[in-house]
Amino acid sequence: MSTPSVTTPSRWRALTHHHLFWPVAVLVVLLLVNVPFTPDFFSIKMTDGHLYGSLVSIVLFGSPLILVAVGMTLVIATGGIDLSVGAVVAITGALACSYISDQADQSALSGVLLAMGLGLLAAVVCGLWNGFLVARMGIQPIIATLIIMVAGRGVAQLITDGQIITINSEPYKLIGGGYWLTLPFSIFVVAAVVAVTVVLTRRTALGLLVESVGGNAEASRLVGIRSMRIKIMVYMFCALCAGIAGLMISSNTSAADGNNAGLWIELDAILAVVIGGTSLLGGRFSIGGTVVGALVIQTLTTTIYTIGVPTQTNLVFKAAVVIVVCLLQSPKFRAKVFGAKFGAGSGTKGSAKPATAPADTAPATEAAPKMEVS
Amino acid sequence: MAEPRPVLEMTGIVKEFPGVRALSDVDFRLFPGEIHALMGENGAGKSTLIKVLTGVYSLDGGTITLDGRSVRFGSPLQAQHAGISTVYQEVNLCPNLSVAENIFIGREPTRMGRIQWKRMRKEAAELVDRLGLDIDVTAPLSSYPLAVQQLVAIVRSVGTGDSDGEGSGTKVLVLDEPTSSLDRDEVQELFRLMRRLKDEGVAILFVSHFLDQIYEICDRMTVLRNGTLVGEHMVGDLDQVGLIQLMIGKALDQLEELHDHQLHSDVGETLVKAEGLGRTGGIAPFDLEIKKGEVLGLAGLLGSGRTELARLLFGADQPDSGKATIGGKQVSLSAPNDAIGAGVAFCSENRKTEGLVPDLTVRENIILALQAARGWTRPIPVSQRDELVAKYIKALDIRPANPEARVGQLSGGNQQKVLLARWLITQPKLLILDEPTRGIDVGAKAEIQKLVVSLSEDGMSVLYIAAELEEVLRLSHTIGVLRDRRLVAQITNGPEITTSRIMETIASGEHQ
Repeated sequence: MSTPSVTTPSRWRALTHHHLFWPVAVLVVLLLVNVPFTPDFFSIKMTDGHLYGSLVSIVLFGSPLILVAVGMTLVIATGGIDLSVGAVVAITGALACSYISDQADQSALSGVLLAMGLGLLAAVVCGLWNGFLVARMGIQPIIATLIIMVAGRGVAQLITDGQIITINSEPYKLIGGGYWLTLPFSIFVVAAVVAVTVVLTRRTALGLLVESVGGNAEASRLVGIRSMRIKIMVYMFCALCAGIAGLMISSNTSAADGNNAGLWIELDAILAVVIGGTSLLGGRFSIGGTVVGALVIQTLTTTIYTIGVPTQTNLVFKAAVVIVVCLLQSPKFRAKVFGAKFGAGSGTKGSAKPATAPADTAPATEAAPKMEVS
Repeated sequence: MAEPRPVLEMTGIVKEFPGVRALSDVDFRLFPGEIHALMGENGAGKSTLIKVLTGVYSLDGGTITLDGRSVRFGSPLQAQHAGISTVYQEVNLCPNLSVAENIFIGREPTRMGRIQWKRMRKEAAELVDRLGLDIDVTAPLSSYPLAVQQLVAIVRSVGTGDSDGEGSGTKVLVLDEPTSSLDRDEVQELFRLMRRLKDEGVAILFVSHFLDQIYEICDRMTVLRNGTLVGEHMVGDLDQVGLIQLMIGKALDQLEELHDHQLHSDVGETLVKAEGLGRTGGIAPFDLEIKKGEVLGLAGLLGSGRTELARLLFGADQPDSGKATIGGKQVSLSAPNDAIGAGVAFCSENRKTEGLVPDLTVRENIILALQAARGWTRPIPVSQRDELVAKYIKALDIRPANPEARVGQLSGGNQQKVLLARWLITQPKLLILDEPTRGIDVGAKAEIQKLVVSLSEDGMSVLYIAAELEEVLRLSHTIGVLRDRRLVAQITNGPEITTSRIMETIASGEHQ
């Protein structure tokens, strides 16, 4: 992909070795599967000045997941994991909605902005707590974040008094259910968050330092990276993303459900990150991959409905697709099934020979172009 | 020694990787009861030959004959069952299990599915005893130093087939750089074990970068260069200079140059001053001064506190007594950041675990220290970054000269150079090098030593730690001698100082 003068087979090879190739391929296949069942699947119609269509809905309904998964990517890149995002979604929604419901004028812009600020602040505090436990106290991330995962739902229910709070606020409705420039407003929110994340990680040195901490924590300490600070920051960012998702979900339904808002979203988010090609061991990460991964999961959910998979076999079907995606990501599996052409040259792994090879048998080193901007 | 029939014969071995011919037409033979050195620079094909022999790689051509029968191994396990055992540089055992469990792991004596612990311990103790080692087999492996763990790994590999008749006993033992992290006494212990096995008729294939060790223990050697066979010689017939010439294929002017090198006398005022700096369980409180442009070498056995001293000066471990000033200013040394801020750089002896981030590229690894010092909000501008990286790749001759290459795929010598580059671009005042030449080939070794000389000539202070005394002696203005985690002497280098003089100091613990 990087050199223009390559021959066709090697260009094909470079393409199949691009880290986004398999996630994108699966996404395209999943989308195509829908066509026989819904012939106008790809068509987008303009109604009342709004764009409607399956593609638009996939992005719309996938928005919260993309947000949560993007934050999760950075946490996973440091070698951690954040199980508390679902609870943070619930807490943020509960706080914002209960604040708005207490207002005399629920549609007053100042009140809505304050409610959102309050919710997001709570989310960031949750992230600070997670980061503190993980980075400062040295608690295993899975345990540290389990605390808020469990307790957070309780907190959300305390805030809502165990009720589902419904609100009627026009400005608040915009984030998750409104339209702007013919498109769902959520899409703009997601685009903004993804863009900010990419700029934050790739236009500063944050991405490099995160990958370094996740790739080798001790080496990072000895090179003078303040990994504690970076980890705390990343958990806070992850919680902030979850908080925005929480606002979106509660806005979309105009209700705060402490029990069910964002339920199991942490698992889908982790899955999206993995499908996107970021290793759970930490190190290299790809925001672009994560976005595609989240879209794959959302498309899968949509597909299950359109092709009419019986509800009781829903989860099994989903699991099957996920297994296929994960297998496709494994160079070992690809080499076994498709032959060496698709494998990541696992045979060359042991030899540290310089890359003097001819173009069509280039070793894996140069086969995976580096992602600068997702 | 020239017995009629070799136990192992490899003929016309060919191994190809995409685009690279790693071995072409290599012959190799091994006689029972001999210790045979496999020599060559990094990348000469030693590891590939071993991996072909032990079934890690498949053959692309040639034949392997073991005990007169033609064999072909699909996996290391098959090779092991056929009697070829391997012990690698890194100990692949479970530190949390006992020695006996480690020796028998995967082939525990069982009765009706239950492990017979008593029998296992007894057999392990017998095996250890037979091989002349004094190890408590019930203690966890982690309670022993690395050297003993290595011995246990060897015991484990030769013990194959003793307990249940499976396999046919070890005929060939492959030792791939077992000595790279051992001190002299430990090497002797290893050699005792090797001689004992040799007397039992085991053929040992030995790989080491230490030429002295080869000449001490080996009977015969095979030399490889660029994947081809250069020759097979009896050790007595080839001297060290001749061997090195065979290995690198040209006269050894690089090293000669260093031999004649005079230490520059241009040493400035005090840069680092440590007073009573120490850490319980690490190193006893010591006083130390390092002057500008001075190379201070640390000599002492492995575990004598060399690394601990260096880590204290860098703040990698926190001192619990004393104080240190760098450039006249007191530094707290409570974290590496404090030392880095004062201009100290530290290349750890553990390149993989404490140095490199293997997933990242050469470029990213090189800029890491500088970037960490600038903080995440101030990335190094792309043009400046690429320029710096290109400059150091060229200056240190890092190969492949591709900044996009994953650092984990580079050879040991090149990885070491990447680490050096990482710190050199921060322009440190004091460069701490802990075993920078361990496990790397002769050529890269000479390059790194030359670099140290030129850096100190340019006014950089260097704290140099090496297991080889010749190396320390050749480079250092002052030699700090450590023994039992105590800095026992500081010797000013001069013509009358010899390695035996330093060894005496290490042995006696005092300097006259």
